Amino acid sequence: MADALTVHRLHFAFTVTYHYLFPQLTMGLALLIVILKTLALRRNDEHYHRAARFWAKIFAINFALGVVTGIPMEFQFGTNWAAFSRVAGGVIGQTLAMEGVFSFFLESTFLGLFLFGERRLGPRGHWFAAFMVFLGSWLSGYLIIATDAWMQHPVGYEVGPSGEILLSSFWSLILNPWAIWQYLHNMNGAVITACFVMASVGAFYLLSRKHELYGRTFVRLAVTVGVVAVILQLFPFGDAQGRMVARHQPVTLAAMEGLFETQEGAPIAILGQPDVEKKRLDNPLLIPRMLSFLTHRRWMAEVKGLDQFPKENWPDNIPLLYYSYHVMVGLGTIFIAIMVVAAWKLRKGTLFDSRGMLWVLMLSLPFPYIANTAGWITAEVGRQPWVIYGLMRTAEGISPQVSAGNAWFTLIGFMGMYTVLSILFLFLIYRVIERGPEPGIATPSH
Amino acid sequence: METIWFWLVAFMITMYVVLDGFDLGAGIVHPWVARSESERRLVLRSIGPVWDGNEVWLLAAGGTLYFAFPVLYASSFSGFYLPLIIVLWLLILRGIAIEFRNQLDSPTWAPFWDVVFSFASLLLAVFYGAAIGNVVRGVPLDGNGYFFEPLWTDFRLGRETGILDWYTILVGLTAFLTLTLHGALWVALKTEEPIQLRARRIASRVWWAVALFTLLITIVTFRVQPHVPARLAERPWGYLFAALALAGLLLVRWFLTQRDDLRAFLSSCAYIIGMLLSVAFGLYPLVLPASTNPAYSLTVENAKAADYGLRIGLVWWIIGMILVTAYFIYTYRHFAGKVRLEDEGGY
Repeated sequence: MADALTVHRLHFAFTVTYHYLFPQLTMGLALLIVILKTLALRRNDEHYHRAARFWAKIFAINFALGVVTGIPMEFQFGTNWAAFSRVAGGVIGQTLAMEGVFSFFLESTFLGLFLFGERRLGPRGHWFAAFMVFLGSWLSGYLIIATDAWMQHPVGYEVGPSGEILLSSFWSLILNPWAIWQYLHNMNGAVITACFVMASVGAFYLLSRKHELYGRTFVRLAVTVGVVAVILQLFPFGDAQGRMVARHQPVTLAAMEGLFETQEGAPIAILGQPDVEKKRLDNPLLIPRMLSFLTHRRWMAEVKGLDQFPKENWPDNIPLLYYSYHVMVGLGTIFIAIMVVAAWKLRKGTLFDSRGMLWVLMLSLPFPYIANTAGWITAEVGRQPWVIYGLMRTAEGISPQVSAGNAWFTLIGFMGMYTVLSILFLFLIYRVIERGPEPGIATPSH
Repeated sequence: METIWFWLVAFMITMYVVLDGFDLGAGIVHPWVARSESERRLVLRSIGPVWDGNEVWLLAAGGTLYFAFPVLYASSFSGFYLPLIIVLWLLILRGIAIEFRNQLDSPTWAPFWDVVFSFASLLLAVFYGAAIGNVVRGVPLDGNGYFFEPLWTDFRLGRETGILDWYTILVGLTAFLTLTLHGALWVALKTEEPIQLRARRIASRVWWAVALFTLLITIVTFRVQPHVPARLAERPWGYLFAALALAGLLLVRWFLTQRDDLRAFLSSCAYIIGMLLSVAFGLYPLVLPASTNPAYSLTVENAKAADYGLRIGLVWWIIGMILVTAYFIYTYRHFAGKVRLEDEGGY
């Protein structure tokens, strides 16, 4: 049984991690495309229309992969997590079904119009299609976050006679305070990914001295939006999310921070390796009292360590949780440094000649993906050993009839298929970037 | 309340089959109706702006099934584990084939994706049919409401059934033929000569096979699942759905001879709607019959979610469907008429 549990967890972890590489770009990029379309409309400038069309191509490829890798996510609740679905389907089925009915139809309709209808719709109609794609994808994000937030912090439910969980308040489910902060934190993370990708492509054009006019537009827009996003990500979004964890999942906070013992004036660990067996942090680099301040806004406040909680409620992979959290926070800090310097140079008017800074922007492309992924690992590994926090253990949630062997078969299949998709994806994206925003006068066909 | 949701889910699945059915069918007939590169692009163009929206009905129906009948969702999705995951793989391959095909002008790239597209479309049609066959025939549910079926066992009906046995394969073939007809009629509607003529020719040949298989599975189903004739005997008005299917089928033939592609396609929609609603009517109140012990069968009553959630759901579902209707009317109007290559404006 333990074996099947591991495979089912790997199955979901692998498919969802891969899937989220695409929406994190498209959700953020949808916003940047709306800004480009707005600039095009306001200034009546074909340059911005072309820029938007270029990003629409990248958007379309990412969106297609997001859609095809997203369908397995909804299905897996039933295929691999049947016991969980049976107990909680009446609640989380609500938000998942709403996502289908309210956002997927909206997105698919307006994406079709956005990609195929620019000529027939005219500039205003096309702006509207872009805006609706943005709205649809951000609505979709909310409903998924609300689903996850309910698993992190269940609200608005009752437990029925045979152990099933019944929805008792629709609005509590939708307006879960956890969902609101997690949503802002997550969507802003998507904007950060899109800004770094756009800045990276722009910097690549400037450094290789082609499509330089577009390179400037991309870097300018990406850094302008990016500098705001990276700062907001630290405060208030990340901070609020962290305090949410501290309040509702204190054992998770202790594990994330590698805090084994309860302390007054608890320090925050910048570096260090948690040794769970010996219950200590090796080679720690600490900022004294910082954790107490961040969680309770008092320097000498007491922060509960892992020692305060029964071991069966500890997250089951503390090192992974600790490292993913530290990778996310560490990268977030570096992003602030990069974007603030870039924005300062942009303001001074020296950014486009600063080859060093352009190199940094170009090479930073993978890091927001890593940070977003690490953030999600923190959230999901941090919720363990529960699938619904405090209500249902992950081990109780798997499909009782699906053997480890069958789950391995499909996991290997997904791995093979996603490897092929990755190669195709990189190849096609490379071609779009290589050809640039002005591949001849003829409109490329779909 | 559970009866309302039974019919709403049936409605959504029917919408999925009618809408995604024509683009699956277009995929099946694609290699036969379109010979040159530009013809192939044209056929793909006829589904390009709509196939994704059509597929959303599957996700929306799945989500609705999940929240309205969580017990059914859990039981059937885990029990049909392998075929469902294979369906997911096929959906991935097919979606990628449509979206990636025109990204590159190369003599090896497009033909490869065309084969993937057609093959995935064909297999999906067969799998969907087999899925309906499994639900009608019943599955080996245990007392806890779970089961697990391998892909096949000995291809016979009985206690140790697999996903594929002679009955479900028969239903799978019927689905394949039905969607071939449906897709050919769509292509005829959306294209001009010579593709249109080829599509009509395929449609009028396949029609005979569809008629034959419809007769066949109707007879066989009455024997395989005695609940269906029993229910029809109890409520004879259920024959209205069958009448709709029959009328649709005959009208397809009539409008084909009249060369009225639009009405032929709409008749094919009526045929599919009639067939699927007949199945839904014949099974109700069962949602997943047990082949082991009738007492283990899942019904609308024992598979449903709590009433509060179902009532709330009805509110947003109706609002959502009004919006969806508006989107679909707008999209199909916007992309109405024959497709031509010169007004390509996509990326």
